[in-house]
Amino acid sequence: MADQERHMAFICSKGNLDMAYPALIMGWAALGNGVDVTIFFTFWGLDLINKNRWNNLQLAPVGNTSMKMDMMGFPVALGIPQIVGVLPGMTAVATSLMKKKIEELDVPPVPEFIEMLQDAGAKLYACKMTVDMMGLSQEDFPEGVEIVTAGEFIDRTEGAQIIFI
Amino acid sequence: MATKVIANKEVELDAEGFLANPADWTPEIAEQFAQEEGIELTDRHWEVINFARKYYKENGVSPTLRQISKGAGVPTKELFKLFPKGPAKKVARIAGIPKPAGCV
Repeated sequence: MADQERHMAFICSKGNLDMAYPALIMGWAALGNGVDVTIFFTFWGLDLINKNRWNNLQLAPVGNTSMKMDMMGFPVALGIPQIVGVLPGMTAVATSLMKKKIEELDVPPVPEFIEMLQDAGAKLYACKMTVDMMGLSQEDFPEGVEIVTAGEFIDRTEGAQIIFI
Repeated sequence: MATKVIANKEVELDAEGFLANPADWTPEIAEQFAQEEGIELTDRHWEVINFARKYYKENGVSPTLRQISKGAGVPTKELFKLFPKGPAKKVARIAGIPKPAGCV
């Protein structure tokens, strides 16, 4: 089959809860279909594999025009007023709402998802420059995550389909 | 849709080689499909296949890998070892059911 040779590489650059899942889900789907998967975590994307942070990814309603009131139980597809979004606790409300919806679909939380991907054979890389910039080290990441430079990532993904998130 | 004789039974296959009709499935067909994928079926493989078929029968859709892992009690690592290089498709094809209906 042609897709025996296929390789997909995801670059995760964002640490918001909603931007954590695209690479995890597509990477998992790719592995299920026999495609090799590499994920490179850089800048805020590093939060997805940072054991001190991966349970605390958040979703902020401020500046998010896609979070409509119908997600909060009001039957109108109007945006949540920005002035409401800045109120203390609104980010926590939006985050727990999103986490609940994710759980309802039986999609695992980020730490468990990362473990699933590793068990399925995905290669996970932490961006060296970000690791240095944030004062992190190998102990901050789960076993199996390798800290690599941008150049090494480029070398190891020759011929892969690259997806930037 | 192509008609083919597999394990002495005439069955219809779709473009990707999946059984067009899950009711056509027999254990002999599973053995034949597995052989084509380079897999020798063990009892552990059969636990996965039987779970997937039962799930399909009860729900009308094929289970996802996570549902198989949880439902059949086969950890992810083992599932990818039993059906290397694409268990989502391989389990479904060998079990004679369509591709999984969910993403995770």
